[in-house]
Amino acid sequence: MASVALSESEHSHAVVDHHHEELSFLRKYVFSTDHKIIGVQYGITALLFLLFGFVLMMLMRWQLAYPGKPLPWFGDWMWLLLGKKNAALLMPDGVMSPDLYNSFGAMHGTIMVFLGVVPLGFAAFGNYVVPLQVGAPDMAFPRINMASYHSFLWGGLVMLISFFVPGGAAKSGWTSYSPLASIADTAYHPFWNGQTMWLLGMVLLITSSLLGSVNFIATIIQLRAKGMSWMRMPFFVWAQLVTAFLLLLAFPPLEAAGVMQLMDRVAGTSFFLPSGLVVNGQHFSALSGGGSPLLWQHLFWFLGHPEVYVILLPALGMVCEILATNARKPIWGYPSLVFSVVAIGFLSFIVWAHHMYMTGMGTKVSAFFQTTTVIISVPSVVILSCLLISLWGGSIRFNTPMLFALGFLPMFGIGGLTGIPLAFSALGSYLHDSYYVIGHFHYVVAPGVVFGLFAGVYHWYPKITGRFMNEFWGKVHFWITLVCMNGIFFPMFLQGMAGMHRRWYDGGAAYELSKPLLHWNEFMSVSAWIMGLAQIPFIINFFISFRTGKKASDNPWEATTLEWQTPTPPPHGNFATEPVVYRGPYEYSVPGEAKDFSPQNEPVKEYNKNL
Amino acid sequence: MEIPYTVKARPDTGLWNAKVGIWLFLASEVMLFGGLFSAYIFLRLGSWHWPHGVLNIPIGLFNTFVLITSSVTMVFAWASLKMRNLHKFEWFLGITILCGFIFLGIKSYEYYEKFHHYGLIFKNEAVANRYRAEVEAAGGQIKPSIIEGQYEVTGHIEEMDEETMKFIPDSIHSSEPMVQIVSVLQTITGKKTEHGEAVVFQQDDIYRWGPFVPRYSSYFAIYFTLTALHALHVIGGMVVMAYFWIPGRKLYHADPEHFTNRVEVVGLFWHFVDLVWIFLFPVLYLL
Repeated sequence: MASVALSESEHSHAVVDHHHEELSFLRKYVFSTDHKIIGVQYGITALLFLLFGFVLMMLMRWQLAYPGKPLPWFGDWMWLLLGKKNAALLMPDGVMSPDLYNSFGAMHGTIMVFLGVVPLGFAAFGNYVVPLQVGAPDMAFPRINMASYHSFLWGGLVMLISFFVPGGAAKSGWTSYSPLASIADTAYHPFWNGQTMWLLGMVLLITSSLLGSVNFIATIIQLRAKGMSWMRMPFFVWAQLVTAFLLLLAFPPLEAAGVMQLMDRVAGTSFFLPSGLVVNGQHFSALSGGGSPLLWQHLFWFLGHPEVYVILLPALGMVCEILATNARKPIWGYPSLVFSVVAIGFLSFIVWAHHMYMTGMGTKVSAFFQTTTVIISVPSVVILSCLLISLWGGSIRFNTPMLFALGFLPMFGIGGLTGIPLAFSALGSYLHDSYYVIGHFHYVVAPGVVFGLFAGVYHWYPKITGRFMNEFWGKVHFWITLVCMNGIFFPMFLQGMAGMHRRWYDGGAAYELSKPLLHWNEFMSVSAWIMGLAQIPFIINFFISFRTGKKASDNPWEATTLEWQTPTPPPHGNFATEPVVYRGPYEYSVPGEAKDFSPQNEPVKEYNKNL
Repeated sequence: MEIPYTVKARPDTGLWNAKVGIWLFLASEVMLFGGLFSAYIFLRLGSWHWPHGVLNIPIGLFNTFVLITSSVTMVFAWASLKMRNLHKFEWFLGITILCGFIFLGIKSYEYYEKFHHYGLIFKNEAVANRYRAEVEAAGGQIKPSIIEGQYEVTGHIEEMDEETMKFIPDSIHSSEPMVQIVSVLQTITGKKTEHGEAVVFQQDDIYRWGPFVPRYSSYFAIYFTLTALHALHVIGGMVVMAYFWIPGRKLYHADPEHFTNRVEVVGLFWHFVDLVWIFLFPVLYLL
């Protein structure tokens, strides 16, 4: 009797559960308003886009290493990416055409920046970690948060769809410089063409980041837990706050510029076309009157430069958290980190024209931007120095997240230091548009920021899933990636200083001056492909560990910040009881305490209050 | 745990969440319009000649007052809610929405006028000079165009064939306020008669011609882009207000303070839209 009743109740329970799950799947995983789910949505989408952007680059590296040779294996499958019509048009005989190379270059940049790195660093980790770290139950505006993700997703899908429109995806570089971009692709179709789709996609992405940044700032200002004063916020939260302000204020001018370029392309205006422009014998702007290509560049780089810090700061914040946790030491100079990151945020708005030394905007303007650019290196060096000094005397745990965080320091250092010559207009004019520039910013973004992001994935994975990622395969992933990253990017400095241009689609084979450095192309490409293989253990590890990884406790790294003081994975609403904060973020190895970490929500003992 | 400070202010910041949100959003909007205003400056600095007196000033001024009035009634609507007078709130919000419709109606009229107004640019200065006396005799004027070395005449096309174009030039008085008001009144009452004498131009002498649409010149490009973006903001604000006017009102009975806060947020947005117009009017109409 009892067993019958039990099975009956089990049965009905299962039915209810099943029904409940079916009803709520969309609301739980697709249209969720929970910041944690949205963070994971952002994370997985962004990682897929990162992979996709990397695949585009691996294809381009074939063309650079073996110009004019048909693409092996993948050549037959390219119609999947381009559609049959475009594949025939852009890959005659399986060889990458210059147009296709340009298209992949433009989309690689766009996808990596706007759909990969920023959504992963800012939106994914920001969404998951920031509300937990400030002790909030959710973001301030959960439904706007959902809208932000969906706007991002559609922006990304529009970018992907653009590969299939007549003529293929945008080809004018991720910077979409006018007048080139104003007149590109319209021959294929007046509206359904790559560059117009790019602009539409960007408008969606800008909307998404606007919604996200409003939400982040409001959350950090309004929803900090009791006792979470400004100087008790983890550095990651500070980095996110500054990043959100950059997105909030720097992106809209690009949206304005995007609208104007769309008008140029669709409504026949000439905002960015100077009077008398003639391209291929065709008179393009009889109409203009004051149209200016420089205007596009100013508006683009007014976003473009703060965007560099949008890419960098979240990763920097993560590295800071991970270093403190695994060095078992407080971060050295926390206040100077905070002031530096705020200073960087402010300065990043007044350095944009150092991308434009070659445009003839004048020596006075160049001198101004040269000065501000050199000044911005000061807070950057302060931050890096603080992080390095934080390691001094620590008892360091060399686990996978820590390895990636440690790898970040020298790699970002190389990226930052090679940027200083570019700040000076005289040197900048020589190195402009050469592989040196590519090497410089990839050292910042790829081995730098992406290492920070990987560190973050390995570090917070146990909190999100309740299981560790595999350490052994994590280390394999790290070491091969570290070696290959340098194999790809270091030769770029040599090539660039010798004068190799960044946009030669044959890798410089047609130019006499690049002959002595041509052999590096193959080396770099092979490095890139090996690095591609090294990501396979990461991908498998990422999905397998979800089921089979070693179980993690609520605070597996014995960390101090609030996200580790919740159940794992955190329930809806995050905290069982309202957290109260008594301490700074990095109280590791506090003298007189029984354990080597003192969580922020642990009351300070009486005898330690005066320490 | 519920999200705190959705209705009550957080003590140390003195703000509830949505108020922080809307001010941040407006900061971003300032940058959006800032980008377009700087484009305006760039275009104007780069042009040879900047058109004057192309837009109807009295009607633009009237529209400015319509928007200012709507901002005032918006404040009254919010204040009525603060005093928990839903009936008055409905009236004032209704007037605000109505003002939005009037503004958009007038703007559409202005757009319509421009789409049916033509400009004609001569091949070169010598050709322009050849027609100068004839155009002036017809009460019109040949002016420098926006592009260096080009001259234009504006007005209406009466007739056109392969070789010639019969064109009624705008009167030199057509940018005077009284003339503009009369012209608007004539349009409204449907009594508009074609005025002035037509001048016949040879098609061969014309470099290009077209209606005043964005592609006509950089001036109209920035005019239409700025005002259309502004109009989209007006429409957005009206949609939100319409929501609070009828379906959103339910919240008032459940939580009047929360509802009042929401109306305050849309009010702040509406004032911003008004403020943008306060900048647009002098920049596009007067300067």
